[in-house]
Amino acid sequence: MTFPLICFYLFAAATTLAALAVILVRNPVHAALCLVLTFFSAACTWLLADAEFLAIVLVLVYVGAVMVLFLFVVMMLDVDLDPLREGFIRALPIGIIVALVMLAEMLALIGVRAMDMPAVPDPAAAAGISNTTWLASTLFSQYLLPFEVAALILTVAIIAAIPLTLRHRTGVRMQNPGKQVLVRPRDRLRIVKMAATKPAPATEEANTP
Amino acid sequence: MITLAHFLTLGAVLFCIAVAGIFINRKNVITLLMAIELMLLAVNTNFIAFSRFLGDASGQVFVFFILTVAAAESAIGLAILVVLFRNRATINVDKIDSMKG
Amino acid sequence: MMLSKTILLLIVLAPLAGALIAGLLRNVIGRAASATVTIAGVALSCALSFYVLHQLVWGGAATFNENLYTWYQVGHYSAHIGFLVDRLTAMMMVVVTFVSLMVHIYTIGYMAEDDGFSRFFSYIALFTFSMLMLVMSNNFLQLFFGWEAVGLVSYLLIGFWFKRPSAVFANLKAFLVNRVGDFGFILGIAGALLWFGSLDYAQVFAAAGAPGSELLKVEIIPGQAWSVATVVCLCLFVGAMGKSAQVPLHVWLPDSMEGPTPISALIHAATMVTAGIFMVARMSPLYELSETALSVVLVIGATTALFTGLIGIVQNDIKRVVAYSTLSQLGYMTVALGVSAYAGGVYHLMTHAFFKALLFLGAGSVIVAMHHEQDMRHMGGLRKQMPITWITMWLGSLALAGAPGFAGFFSKDAIIEAVGESHRYGAGYAYFCVLAGVFVTALYSFRLLYKTFHGKPRYVVDVHHGHGHDDHGHHAPGHLAHAPHETPWVITLPLVLLAIPSVLVGWSTIGPMVFGDWFGNAIHVRAANDVLGELAHEFHGAWAMTLHGFKQPPFWIALAGFLVATWIWLFNPGVTARFKSALKPIYSMLVNKYWIDELYQAVFARGGIALGRGLWKGSDAGLIDGVAVNGSVALVDRTSATVRWLQSGYLYHYAFAMILGLIALLAGVWWVAQTAL
Repeated sequence: MTFPLICFYLFAAATTLAALAVILVRNPVHAALCLVLTFFSAACTWLLADAEFLAIVLVLVYVGAVMVLFLFVVMMLDVDLDPLREGFIRALPIGIIVALVMLAEMLALIGVRAMDMPAVPDPAAAAGISNTTWLASTLFSQYLLPFEVAALILTVAIIAAIPLTLRHRTGVRMQNPGKQVLVRPRDRLRIVKMAATKPAPATEEANTP
Repeated sequence: MITLAHFLTLGAVLFCIAVAGIFINRKNVITLLMAIELMLLAVNTNFIAFSRFLGDASGQVFVFFILTVAAAESAIGLAILVVLFRNRATINVDKIDSMKG
Repeated sequence: MMLSKTILLLIVLAPLAGALIAGLLRNVIGRAASATVTIAGVALSCALSFYVLHQLVWGGAATFNENLYTWYQVGHYSAHIGFLVDRLTAMMMVVVTFVSLMVHIYTIGYMAEDDGFSRFFSYIALFTFSMLMLVMSNNFLQLFFGWEAVGLVSYLLIGFWFKRPSAVFANLKAFLVNRVGDFGFILGIAGALLWFGSLDYAQVFAAAGAPGSELLKVEIIPGQAWSVATVVCLCLFVGAMGKSAQVPLHVWLPDSMEGPTPISALIHAATMVTAGIFMVARMSPLYELSETALSVVLVIGATTALFTGLIGIVQNDIKRVVAYSTLSQLGYMTVALGVSAYAGGVYHLMTHAFFKALLFLGAGSVIVAMHHEQDMRHMGGLRKQMPITWITMWLGSLALAGAPGFAGFFSKDAIIEAVGESHRYGAGYAYFCVLAGVFVTALYSFRLLYKTFHGKPRYVVDVHHGHGHDDHGHHAPGHLAHAPHETPWVITLPLVLLAIPSVLVGWSTIGPMVFGDWFGNAIHVRAANDVLGELAHEFHGAWAMTLHGFKQPPFWIALAGFLVATWIWLFNPGVTARFKSALKPIYSMLVNKYWIDELYQAVFARGGIALGRGLWKGSDAGLIDGVAVNGSVALVDRTSATVRWLQSGYLYHYAFAMILGLIALLAGVWWVAQTAL
């Protein structure tokens, strides 16, 4: 049992336990935090597979962005948790059975022993380049078009997310910069012509005591 | 010595946990979304393992794309969730059945 | 020397032009012009036909066989319009155009008071065109065109008085019965095209006669290999049975008498109904290949000859008597074909055309004189009022009954002797039938004459009616507005002109046409079947044949018929009533025409209605509407109602279904992987 294997078992165990926690804990905030742990541990196993770039991306993008988004949403929404837990106990055995059947099938299909193949030497290391360079050389040559499409998908997602959540509150006072810019002087300022001097009231009466 | 089977087993376990999660948390959309993230993670693990053990960069490229799409999906999914909550004041899936035929 | 293509085209197209002008412009050019233009067309056609006949027989012209126009060509099949003009064709052309011309002239008188005068001329000219196309064709397709075209005109003319329900019924009946025949006919044509690879007569005959073609067999009923020639000939003969009104497809011809008398003479006696005879004669090279087919032809013809003649004895409608006589004579022609005496059949066709047209036109003359009264029970003693009609009818009847020296004698005697000579299967039965038929022919012919022209008048002239009420049909049966008198010259002239050939045509033509080689290659008879060739050895001229005829059984049988008829209907008219009661079953059988109409009505008409109703209720309403249309709607409806239950709208149900599917897929993949290892 080599050191990497020990590490793998540790990280895999952490991943598994954290994943179980994700689906079992009651509080969504805790679940999201457990998911962060799952991602972290999984990134570590990826590192063991010499996928440094993706492991870092997983941490940065998922843990840094997506999971924070999750946390924001969970915290922002005032969710009443009790109705959501209804039927949890009832569904548990079915879920476990289905999951176990599926696991058994998958393991049978993988043929755990038959797939006992050792890793080939890391091609990136063999070429004397970093994993990032190795990945990029493929990504930007063979997969350039899908890469661009992926960029487009992200853009679309951002644009779609904004109008989905955008709403116009009524009854809220706010500035309208467009109107402010478009305003003309005569809308604000009314010039009233009037005599510079006011004729004095009749003095005779004043003078008359 | 880490073999391919180790990674594949890890992926399978993660995937099945996600499936079980979908079953037992079937009313909570947030947990459902998280279970889906778990599934994607399991798939990504498999991709990375195959890429490593076959010495082919395509697997990692695919993980890259999956991460992209998953991020987009999370963004949209959470946006929908927010709108849903705003309109219905709940995220209980039981209450959302307008798709009923 | 060749026949001129222009002349042949003129012969065909002149009547067509007349028909089109009279038909399409009848409201513009008026009645007289319609008659003139069609008569001019047919007269031109007739004159040129005589010229063509002259050229072929005496001018030494070669047989004309050319395609004039190619309709289409598909692969190595092609459809042409072409003419085959040999002596057989020329004879038919002369007969058709001559009788047609006579009928055209006659029509001026017969239809003088009818509103459809121009329309009628248009139809009969169109008929002449169609019939010429039929007889002059050199291929099956054009034959079929002519065949259907004459059928169409026949349909139009039977229903000419389309306001009469009985006429509409009759023309529908004729049309439907002919469809049965035409179905067989087109199957025969298809068979010829399939097995002999062409529609052209010459090529079909060459292919059918080629060595080894008799080995061509087809199994229509599994296990029964039939010669291809037999199948084709039988199918074609089914067509001939429809067109030439042979038993059991004869039922339409008596009813066709609903049409005006001129067309009864032209179409339903002289020309169209003989198309079947002509066709079989034309196909003689095919029929010679099949003894079976010829035996069928023989038996059918013999049955028709005797049993339809018997019905004629009990009919009271003057036209129907002549119609049944036509059926019987068509049977004679068919019998002649059946014993390979094609020349005899065609010869009888020609003589029959003359005397039967004469008889019909004579009957029509009587009908005109009697103000469209057709029932012979209300006639009698007309010989004094209409002597020309009386004499010509006598001449026609003598020819029909086969009095020695008349045209009918030569043709019918030749047929009877040929049947006696033949050894074909069924010839014995046929010989009996044709001999008995002679007696029957004499019986109904002279009965007609006696009841119409002799004895005391059985009609009443209501003089007080005056001329203002001259419309037909306003009188009770047997009551006339004024006394009958001889018809105008346009009616009697054709009678006289037809009487001449009815009497004389036999003398000069019997030798060459029946016993000589007059038809040349047009008719092909195998040496073993050549009964006429056998008889030719004993033939020593028309005069000798006439004298010989007095010693032959047919003459004595006919004489017996004549005497019986004379005894009964001339001298003892009252005796018929006693016969009727004594022979009641036979009498009612004959009056009801063997109940064949009733049988068809019950089986085919009602069966057709029942079938149609069944298809409507079961197939259309039940299967198509019920199952296919409403059923699929109901299926979709029910399925959706069921599937709708799956669409719960709950997200986790869908997810659950997906996961179950995934499990099943994994299991399947795993199972496949296991078995593959």
